[in-house]
Amino acid sequence: MSEEIILYTKDHEWIKKKGDQSYMVGITEHAQDALGELVFVDFPAINAEFSKGDAFIVVESVKAASDVYSPISGTVIEINDALNSNPSMVNSDPQGDGWLCIIQSENADMSGLMNEAEYKSLLETLDH
Amino acid sequence: MSFIPHTKEDIATMLAEIGISDIEALYDEIPDEFKIGTLEGIPSAANEMEVVREITALAAKDKFGLNFIGAGAYEHFIPSVVWELTTRGEFYTAYTPYQAEASQGTLQLIYEYQSMMSNLMAHDISNASLYDGASALAEAILMAIRVNRTKDSKKIIMPRNLHPSYKAVAESITTKQGVELIDIEFNPADGLINTQDLDSHSDATALVIQNPNFFGSLENVDGLTDWAHSQNIIVIAVVNPIAMALLKPPGIWGERGADIACGEGQPLGVPLSSGGPYYGFMTTRGEFSRQLPGRIVGKTLDSNGNEGFVLTLQAREQHIRRSKATSNICTNQGLMVTASTMYMSLYGEQGLVDVAKSCHSKLNEFITAIKNLKGIEVLFDSERFHEVAICMPKSSKKIIEYMESHGISPGLDLSLYFPELENTVLACVTEVKTTEDIQAYVSLLEEALEVIE
Repeated sequence: MSEEIILYTKDHEWIKKKGDQSYMVGITEHAQDALGELVFVDFPAINAEFSKGDAFIVVESVKAASDVYSPISGTVIEINDALNSNPSMVNSDPQGDGWLCIIQSENADMSGLMNEAEYKSLLETLDH
Repeated sequence: MSFIPHTKEDIATMLAEIGISDIEALYDEIPDEFKIGTLEGIPSAANEMEVVREITALAAKDKFGLNFIGAGAYEHFIPSVVWELTTRGEFYTAYTPYQAEASQGTLQLIYEYQSMMSNLMAHDISNASLYDGASALAEAILMAIRVNRTKDSKKIIMPRNLHPSYKAVAESITTKQGVELIDIEFNPADGLINTQDLDSHSDATALVIQNPNFFGSLENVDGLTDWAHSQNIIVIAVVNPIAMALLKPPGIWGERGADIACGEGQPLGVPLSSGGPYYGFMTTRGEFSRQLPGRIVGKTLDSNGNEGFVLTLQAREQHIRRSKATSNICTNQGLMVTASTMYMSLYGEQGLVDVAKSCHSKLNEFITAIKNLKGIEVLFDSERFHEVAICMPKSSKKIIEYMESHGISPGLDLSLYFPELENTVLACVTEVKTTEDIQAYVSLLEEALEVIE
């Protein structure tokens, strides 16, 4: 997996390679739009370990709170602290400044994740 | 308007619409073995005349005498205006406002309650109340586990001088969720938490400190809080709200303050009334607001810039978060909180201090009066509030029976909860007891000690 490739989950998370054995994770444009303006991001503790598919972050908007599921198994080594004071950055730039955390994983299992084209076709099925 | 909203015709129409023949069919998915046909001990239906007769007969069994039992429920003077206002139709007839913002008066009252409670506990935020003191502790334990991310364990240190009913309720609610409650002993000399036992539990998630503790003794809350924080342990304070007018409130215990405070709100304007309804309160630091269970009322501005009140931080709650809500069993005891808000408003800050001081001096007057009785031993050498443990030279069971049959309940038989405290009675004195009441207790106890073999 190169650093340019972004993969997606059916639960609307995205993941991309950040460095050797580390991966940046966030939620997609579709997810932020569905949630509405975020008011709080409930992060896990640094060094907390999760398995692929675990609910590990909660994003809270004025009308809902939603779990974010870890796309891979690994350890949270960094969270986006800027979201503590400005959680709506997830709305304005979900795949840029609004990233959520960085997960470290030795042998990241990318099975079941979608590329951009596949994710787009998933969104099309949701629209109907 | 009909008292019963659904007539037989309404029900038939609804069943026809969804295509089933009877209401029982809605519960088909519940296996038969889990269905109960009848409930043991529940009598068959009775008409109004029969019910009135039965209830009148039960009420006639009530005894009116002098009550010296506290143990978590406290008799205080409640100015008449408190319940005169609380039982006005505007407050009394409304259950929780489901269209909450339509009830601005109720929301403002809860907001004022939260402000007063936060002040009393020296914390940033209070919820709108919980079911009772014991379930508030159970909720505080679950909250502490959510808040404390430095600990993998779900161990909670529960000193044995905590109210035994609180422990039992906490056990029922939390242990099925993988929580481990760890007993630690109290010192026989002063009734206080045995601090030597703490160090072997530094992996715990939270420490529960009741102050005054169940025996009425005042814990070294600063030292205990600082020890817990040095081990990354969350401190849960279980306190009596009247006592907090006089003692150091949880928010300023030790260097950083207790993290969560909870307890029984009954002393603030709610009568004893055979054990309920009461209410639980809970306050915490602002940074933990999203982990607080229960409803929270906030103040805001509407689109025209007018002040208004709303339910806030609702993403914590079960209508949004379902099974992941901060609580699924929290009820706001709105009417009790209404009474408490009236009570605290009437007394004011200094008034509450006066009530607490009066309780304290009456207790000391009581202790001075009884400790010279032959054979009586006052247990636990410590500062006290509300309660005192008295070791009797004869059977506590017989003494209680004798005194109750002569119009005075002398206290709670502690041996029922603490087998090592044989023939020991926990007596409570608040501001409502007069010097004559105390003298009557002493005389009757003297008489009981003579009469009983």
